[in-house]
Amino acid sequence: MGQITLQGVHKSFGQLEIIKDANLDIENGSFVVFVGPSGCGKTTLLRLIAGLEDVTGGQILIDGQNVVNVPPAKRGLSMVFQSYALYPHMSVRGNIAFGLKMAGLPRPEINRKVEAAAATLNLTPYLDRKPRELSGGQRQRVAIGRAIVREPKAFLFDEPLSNLDAALRVQMRMEVTRLQKQLATTAVYVTHDQVEAMTMADRIVVLNAGRVEQYGSPLELYERPANLFVAGFIGSPKMNFVAGPPASQHGAATIGIRPEHLRIAPAAEGAGEGWPGTVSVAEHLGSDTFLYVDAGALGLLTVRGIGEIHLRGGDRVRLSPDPARMHRFDKDGMAIRQ
Amino acid sequence: MARRVTVRRMVVSTVAAWFFGGLIFFPILWMVLTSFKTELEAFTIPPSFLFFEWTTENYATVQSRSDYFLHALNSVIIAGGSTVIAALIAVPAAWSMAFAPTRRTKDILLWMLSTKMMPAVGVLVPIYLLFKNLGLLDTRSGLVAILCLGNLPIVVWMLFTYFKEIPRDILEAARMDGATIRRELVYVLLPMAIPGIASTLLLNLILAWNEAFWTLNLSTSKAAPLTVFIASYSSPEGLFWAKLSAASTMAIAPILVLGWFCQRQLVRGLTFGAVK
Amino acid sequence: MATQQTQVLARGLLSPAVALLLVWMIVPLAMTIYFSSLHYSLLDPGSESFIGLDNFRYFLTDPAFLASLQNTLVLVGSVLAITIVLGVPLALLLDQPVLGRSIVRLMVIAPFFVMPTVSALVWKNLLLHPVSGLLAWLSTLVGITPIDWFNDAPMLAIIVIVAWQWLPFATLILLTALQSQDEEQKEAAEMDGAGALSTFIHLTLPHLARPITVVILIETIFLLTVFAEIFVTTGGGPGLQTTNIAFLIYSQALIQYDVGSASAGGLVAVVIANIIAFFLVRVVGRNLEA
Repeated sequence: MGQITLQGVHKSFGQLEIIKDANLDIENGSFVVFVGPSGCGKTTLLRLIAGLEDVTGGQILIDGQNVVNVPPAKRGLSMVFQSYALYPHMSVRGNIAFGLKMAGLPRPEINRKVEAAAATLNLTPYLDRKPRELSGGQRQRVAIGRAIVREPKAFLFDEPLSNLDAALRVQMRMEVTRLQKQLATTAVYVTHDQVEAMTMADRIVVLNAGRVEQYGSPLELYERPANLFVAGFIGSPKMNFVAGPPASQHGAATIGIRPEHLRIAPAAEGAGEGWPGTVSVAEHLGSDTFLYVDAGALGLLTVRGIGEIHLRGGDRVRLSPDPARMHRFDKDGMAIRQ
Repeated sequence: MARRVTVRRMVVSTVAAWFFGGLIFFPILWMVLTSFKTELEAFTIPPSFLFFEWTTENYATVQSRSDYFLHALNSVIIAGGSTVIAALIAVPAAWSMAFAPTRRTKDILLWMLSTKMMPAVGVLVPIYLLFKNLGLLDTRSGLVAILCLGNLPIVVWMLFTYFKEIPRDILEAARMDGATIRRELVYVLLPMAIPGIASTLLLNLILAWNEAFWTLNLSTSKAAPLTVFIASYSSPEGLFWAKLSAASTMAIAPILVLGWFCQRQLVRGLTFGAVK
Repeated sequence: MATQQTQVLARGLLSPAVALLLVWMIVPLAMTIYFSSLHYSLLDPGSESFIGLDNFRYFLTDPAFLASLQNTLVLVGSVLAITIVLGVPLALLLDQPVLGRSIVRLMVIAPFFVMPTVSALVWKNLLLHPVSGLLAWLSTLVGITPIDWFNDAPMLAIIVIVAWQWLPFATLILLTALQSQDEEQKEAAEMDGAGALSTFIHLTLPHLARPITVVILIETIFLLTVFAEIFVTTGGGPGLQTTNIAFLIYSQALIQYDVGSASAGGLVAVVIANIIAFFLVRVVGRNLEA
């Protein structure tokens, strides 16, 4: 079982508050991603769960037991580090076996488990090599192997894919998700890449400056962001924000509309509805078109269209937001629900 | 350098380097050659470079003096003992400063280094008197203690720099894998730190072996290491150059060999990291 | 950052080293200060009396002190100059592609690993001896009268011996620094049209400024207390010609047995060393941030 609960967890270094009052319920078997900009505290939060840092206050419950005073070695968790942190003086076999050796398992059983884990990760031919003889992707799989072989209550991942090249990253993303589903073990995964978060997670925790902004499924965060920060963080390209008269017209301090929900048409067409503007830059990718429109007082707005849209820099256009997809935010940045 | 190097440049550099290198090394070479000459041969001019009657009688003479072996043994015990004891004290200290640093760690480290900068002669008087009153003059333990304290800052410092190079997350991975602190040290830290520890010990062994202030002042005969033994040749009787050369060659040979393995550590250890 | 458990353990592991060095620093120094205020001669034990700062006055106004101070400055200054002026080109040379570079390196480094007593006696006898020494023979070949080093130019002889021992140190440090020089920076300069000499003056020398400073500071600290070489060759003489501060203090303590005066002298040496150390610690401290 791997149910993890955070109650009132906070962490300070002297005067500096790194994590402010985190409350989370991570269900057994779920894949939860901590995401946020650099310095938001996501890695710190992960390390608090791991036990590599002490909490300043609050409780961390693993299967109902408060582990705040329990050393990391005894929490029953596994961690995959960003730099893989493989033991350079041990072979792949030794690396994967280390945790089992610490647990005092008998040798034959250790061998059996190591070989099973290696088979799952296609590492069998490399079992007797040292880490320095492996490629980045292979090292990463050894790090994962080391984590899964101990059958922990939960996996903790600290940005494990950021050191891989783009193509490998996409491939490993799928492998990690598949593995987690197969093993049905809870996973807590930290990343700064919101695409990784959206594609891998069952639920996402968005963090900003030590505060949990929202905790929900990817689609929830996309369709119903709780505040300006989440709205602007999830979704690429970023959501357009408009303040002033168009916002107060809809009873909000700020309204937000995603580039994909903003309709664009040449100024000549249409009967003068929508917001006028001039195309500043047009990016034609073939599959999509990104248009950056200078809408005067409303600022620079981004429009995303599927397929090819025949507009170029300098063209005058009118933008109309889809009213059903418009988000409204009050003066404190909180979302106004219908 | 991934660029094509002109042959001319390589030839000029090689010739120049070997010439000046040879010049600098020459006194040592000359000493070794002299050790194989007879005393008479050593003293005559014009001196002969290679074509003389090679003899090993000097080595035999020096070795047959029972006190040579005593002094060599003293060197081994004093240099080895002080280095090992310093290591036993320094390893935990360096570990704690590298892996559990506090705000004061940097200051403590700098303070330790500054103790090495204190001139030994400044405390010659009290140490001498202290040793005299405690009966430590001319004892191996006394010298081991002094040299240990003298080299301790460098040993701590060097180990600190080596420990700092061990990536923190590998140790954390061991902790996550269920290792207690003791096992983390034994199974992960020490194996990774062994090269660094070895070179630190080597360098300090050399520094202790060559130490020529406390050894000259705090020992006379029974505990005197080779530095003192050689010093006794400063006012000898009769011809002695060949014997001096033989004794010196034996005294420095092991160190030259060890020093070869230690070059990089020399920079790290003696510039206190101010040069990378 | 370590957790609380490791913090407590760490403090315990650090204490022996700190405690020992603290004792090593404070106790002898305190005793030296105490003795420096006494009239205390080992030839006349039991007759110690408090004379306050008199020892300092005698020591500092003693012509022997002034002579030794001058000798110290000459010795340190000359060795510094020689090791750096020769060390820089030597380091540059060793940075070049040279066949058998590692062997040349070994030859250049070797003198540093030779015991000071061995260096001194080998130089004094085999090389500098006015009749049978190698240099004497070489000078007769060229038609110059051989110099009687230890009678006519004893200080110069000591300088030669000490400089020979420390040249490898300077060379090695400078070579290490050269090898850490940014290759890309040199390539950019080359693209900009800089020749070898220009590159050296504008890129290499400034890069070497810091290591040269380090060499100066560290060598000064260790050269202030040159002892063994003087002890086994000249014994400070003839007269006071090769007595530096360290040897002066030694002779007062263990030859004249004047503990009070030697202690005062020792403190003077400590003060001088501390001034240098202050600057060195600053340089090192800056590097520790990295």
